[in-house]
Amino acid sequence: MSVLSLRPTRRPVPGVFVALAITLAVGWLVVMIDGGQLFNQSTTVSLLHVAAGLGLVAVGQTLVILGGSLDLSVAYVISLSTLVAAETMNGRDGALLPAVGLALTVSAAVGLLNGLLVTRLRINAFIATLGVGLLLKGYLDNGYDGPAGSTSPGLVQSLGYQRIGPVPLSFLLLLAVTGACWFALARTRFGHHLVAVGGDPEVARLSGVRNDRVLVTAHVLCSLCAGLAGIYLASRLGSGAPRVGTEGLYDLESIAAVVIGGTALAGGKGGVVGTLGGVLLLASIDAIFNQLEVDAFFKQVIRGAIIIAAVAVYARRAMRKAAV
Amino acid sequence: MQLVQRRPLPPQLSRVRAGGLLPLLAILAVLLVLVAVRQPDFLAPASLMSFLGRSAPIILLAAGQYFVIVSGEFDLSVGSLVTAQVVVAARLIDSDPSRTWPVVLVLLAGGVLVGLVNGLITTRLRVPSFITTLGMFLILVGAVYLWSDGAPKGGLSEEFRRFGRRAFEDVPVLGRIPYALVVLLVLATLAVLLMRSDFGRILVAVGDNARTAALSGARVARTRTIAFMLSGLAAAVAAILIGGYSGVSFQAGAGLEFGAITAVVLGGVALGGGRGSVAGAMLGALTLELLFTLMNFYGVSGALRPTVQGAIILFAVAVSTRRSTSR
Repeated sequence: MSVLSLRPTRRPVPGVFVALAITLAVGWLVVMIDGGQLFNQSTTVSLLHVAAGLGLVAVGQTLVILGGSLDLSVAYVISLSTLVAAETMNGRDGALLPAVGLALTVSAAVGLLNGLLVTRLRINAFIATLGVGLLLKGYLDNGYDGPAGSTSPGLVQSLGYQRIGPVPLSFLLLLAVTGACWFALARTRFGHHLVAVGGDPEVARLSGVRNDRVLVTAHVLCSLCAGLAGIYLASRLGSGAPRVGTEGLYDLESIAAVVIGGTALAGGKGGVVGTLGGVLLLASIDAIFNQLEVDAFFKQVIRGAIIIAAVAVYARRAMRKAAV
Repeated sequence: MQLVQRRPLPPQLSRVRAGGLLPLLAILAVLLVLVAVRQPDFLAPASLMSFLGRSAPIILLAAGQYFVIVSGEFDLSVGSLVTAQVVVAARLIDSDPSRTWPVVLVLLAGGVLVGLVNGLITTRLRVPSFITTLGMFLILVGAVYLWSDGAPKGGLSEEFRRFGRRAFEDVPVLGRIPYALVVLLVLATLAVLLMRSDFGRILVAVGDNARTAALSGARVARTRTIAFMLSGLAAAVAAILIGGYSGVSFQAGAGLEFGAITAVVLGGVALGGGRGSVAGAMLGALTLELLFTLMNFYGVSGALRPTVQGAIILFAVAVSTRRSTSR
């Protein structure tokens, strides 16, 4: 036991990929019996588009959850980012870079606020980010009734619809962001500190980690990811949408994807690769049900059950390990 | 989410803290004065009673959420449970008065059952309650839409609706007493008594430190499961009152889970468990409702409500955290 616990806890293949493979195999079979085709061009493309949007948010969410915090404001940050981007661009290609920069800056500022509330004022992360989310919701509800602004055609054509074979550019963006976060977690000082803070804040502090700074950074990165997801959604929709984040349930779904990916909700254990698996699993289930033309509401029921079941399997495994 | 262990307080000190409702009462008093300045009629007995009746559902939900939070868990499913219950009630009653009482019983049993499932999954399968109740939220919303094909069917009988909208009229001094207020007073008294019983003490002990409680002989899993069942029951009662007051809609319970959690935290209850009183949680809910009323009177746009709510929560929690860490 003591020898085991000295080894790094990162496992190369999280169980979520096994579940993903089984889901895809079973789904492929069922869809074929039904007379459809799961892996044709259009379903694969739409699956990867769904995964790209949720994935960008979930990867950021992984960072804060690893640090023992969480972020319930991401859905509003997404909506805000679509609006900031689309309104700044206003249909002009020339304003592309300033708009993206501005949207990301605004998102980062929200993350900074979240981080400071959690660390300096010691407000519980659940309440702090819920409160910030409500602040943004009020601003959005008050200022916007419907879509506003218009995304530059260049961005729509590239990030929104461009693809290489069946793989959309946006999914490659997700892979790049996931890769960067993986590198940050596995190879940099920030990553190790973040996991240490999530595992036991007191021990981390006594070991010389600046807990506050690490957590604030994680919150800023999380909001940046949400902002990026917002820019992607703006490029898909062609305009800013004040309710796109909440209607997509991005806050709760991203947390679900993180936890399905094997990251502990209490922090200190897990990683972004598992989260990517969790996102792909949720997106695949979505694609399979779409192919089978399952009722949208039934899909949601199954989705809820799968989230609970997946986490129960992890908990069971952790219990067995503890018993050894 | 916080893993830092708090130092245990000596018993007499913790008892003082649990009753530390003075700051909240002060806020409540300030709000009342502000309302009175703007709208003196509001303090007339009849309108005050109506206000209390209208606030009954959220106060009950806060009490239910309190049981779960003080035991160290979350219940995110209550809002969807309220929606589900209202829609189910409308379809089952189908405007037939004779079905009122059986359906009320079905709703109460349904609420307890959902709580039982939440509790068993959380305690037996060791799924974090955040995820359990989030999954339950998705399941309930999906199921209720699925069952009603996307639009509420049937209707509530007048007998059912009277709990939420009727009152004992022409009462001396007070003017009128809404049925909802009577329900609230009875259940609130029961909640306070429950927290003073052995069960209440065990519940707080479990939330404070589950391991210590287990070693002292508390049945942690059973206690937490009962807390979830109480929350489900509170949601069922709230659904009956809300259905009566505002009728059937898919938005009936939207956002109530966060409202209830906000109220509980405002009432000085610590997320993570082991601190705070049920009276505080209920007063927190009342404060929140009064705040919304005040915003109405001062003509704050409805769309800005969330912003003010968010600011108040952040402020209140920051102040209370500061107080407890500087101690």
